[in-house]
Amino acid sequence: MDHGLIGSISTVLVFVTFIAIVWWAYSRQSKKNFEEAANLIFDDEEQHKASTQQTRESSTNE
Amino acid sequence: MSEISQAQSQYNYKVVRQFAIMTVVWGIVGMSAGVFIAAQLIWPELSFDLPWLTYSRLRPLHTNAVIFAFGGCALFATSYYIVQRTSQARLFSDKLAAFTFWGWQAVIVLAAVTLPLGITSSKEYAELEWPIDILIALVWIAYAIVFFGTVIKRKVSHIYVANWFLGAFIITVAVLHIGNSMAIPVSMTKSYSLYAGAVDAMMQWWYGHNAVGFFLTAGFLGMMYYFVPKQAERPVFSYRLSVVHFWALVSLYIWAGPHHLHYTALPDWTQSLGMVMSVILFVPSWGGMINGIMTLSGAWHKLRRDPVLRFLIVSLSFYGMSTFEGPMMAIKTVNALSHYTDWTVGHVHSGALGWVAMVSIGSLYHLIPVLFGKARMYSYTLVNIHFWLATIGVVLYIVAMWISGVMQGMMWRSINADGTLTYSFVESLEASYPFYFVRFLGGLCVVAGMLIMAYNVYRTVRGTEEHMYLETKPA
Repeated sequence: MDHGLIGSISTVLVFVTFIAIVWWAYSRQSKKNFEEAANLIFDDEEQHKASTQQTRESSTNE
Repeated sequence: MSEISQAQSQYNYKVVRQFAIMTVVWGIVGMSAGVFIAAQLIWPELSFDLPWLTYSRLRPLHTNAVIFAFGGCALFATSYYIVQRTSQARLFSDKLAAFTFWGWQAVIVLAAVTLPLGITSSKEYAELEWPIDILIALVWIAYAIVFFGTVIKRKVSHIYVANWFLGAFIITVAVLHIGNSMAIPVSMTKSYSLYAGAVDAMMQWWYGHNAVGFFLTAGFLGMMYYFVPKQAERPVFSYRLSVVHFWALVSLYIWAGPHHLHYTALPDWTQSLGMVMSVILFVPSWGGMINGIMTLSGAWHKLRRDPVLRFLIVSLSFYGMSTFEGPMMAIKTVNALSHYTDWTVGHVHSGALGWVAMVSIGSLYHLIPVLFGKARMYSYTLVNIHFWLATIGVVLYIVAMWISGVMQGMMWRSINADGTLTYSFVESLEASYPFYFVRFLGGLCVVAGMLIMAYNVYRTVRGTEEHMYLETKPA
């Protein structure tokens, strides 16, 4: 196999992979998962409060 | 914080606090060094005839300090914070995390000592000699273990998109650093690169441009994908777009390096490939920028009263600006004019000061009160003043460099009827002086903003809750 052929095959492979990623990202099945994922940053507020509570207590101990 | 309460708490905030504070410290040091060398370009006497203060030795000190000390600490702080909070798990290892903090500070101090002494491998953005390179590699591997260890022990099923960007940044920087730093040591302070000639140049800019692409872009995009939605109190505009953004960005950036070597000994096809890849890179870059800015869609009023959010959103505007400018400058014919001129310097700083520094500063203003258990920053008025100083500083800087750069390019290529050059180099230098002064003023504004930030951070950390409410309303 020469360089040209390898180059062509890899270009097509990358292109197909990219289309597959876009198809997967915008498919209906992924929608719910992605919505969950997008809200992850708000999901740990409770645990975080427990963490900072300790910070506050200990900073008054200083 | 006592050892016991540290061990009990859910998250390891100690290392995040350490890195966050050092981000401010190194920001001031690195940017002040930049202002000093900008002054040297106007008043060369400022080197005081000391070899340690020559421009050629302080310039790498400035770039290393702002990229790896300021930017690096910001990335460590935010990545350790984001990965814990979005994985709902404590860092994989507190000891290794502490090693990354002290190891990274040691690297920075070693850089600050060796570079003014003239000890350098002379590879741009990778000037540090081999013993320091080995320390960097060790710290980075520990960083990867802590980060991915935390991702693996996460208590949620998803890996939030910010962690994808941060993970790509950590892996790729490890590969780039180890690949580019391969050298044969001849003494403790001197080594020779394993690569020679055009291959060495290619390796150097494969590393150099991906330091931009993965250190200064992917890492800070991770920061953006967490702190913009968090500060705006709404999820990111389109999570689907962020997935496509990620894969497109990481698969394209790695090819763009050759645009630093247009019209050199690099094979012509390689230059053209680098150019095409750089131009295509515009698409995912703007996809990401739009995704970040549109997160505010329907809540634009928040910009009016929240200076922290303003920092984050304006950083994205600068990101959009410099990722339009970059692909344009990568086009060979444009590059023929812009290369080796101040235009390049302006472009770098619109990315570095406008995007990287402003997104870090915005994230820190969000982070500092959270980390130290305060309701909010000591003063929003000071945050607002910092915002305007930073914005005006960046604009002064880049406008001065645009004019100076295009002027230099035009003067250097101008030819008389008989084929001789119209201008000597010194004539173009003389024409640049006024713009060097404007650049210096812009730099002063940026450093002044950082000093105000340091004061604000100090008062927030040391202050009691009562102080927090002296100002009735956010600015």
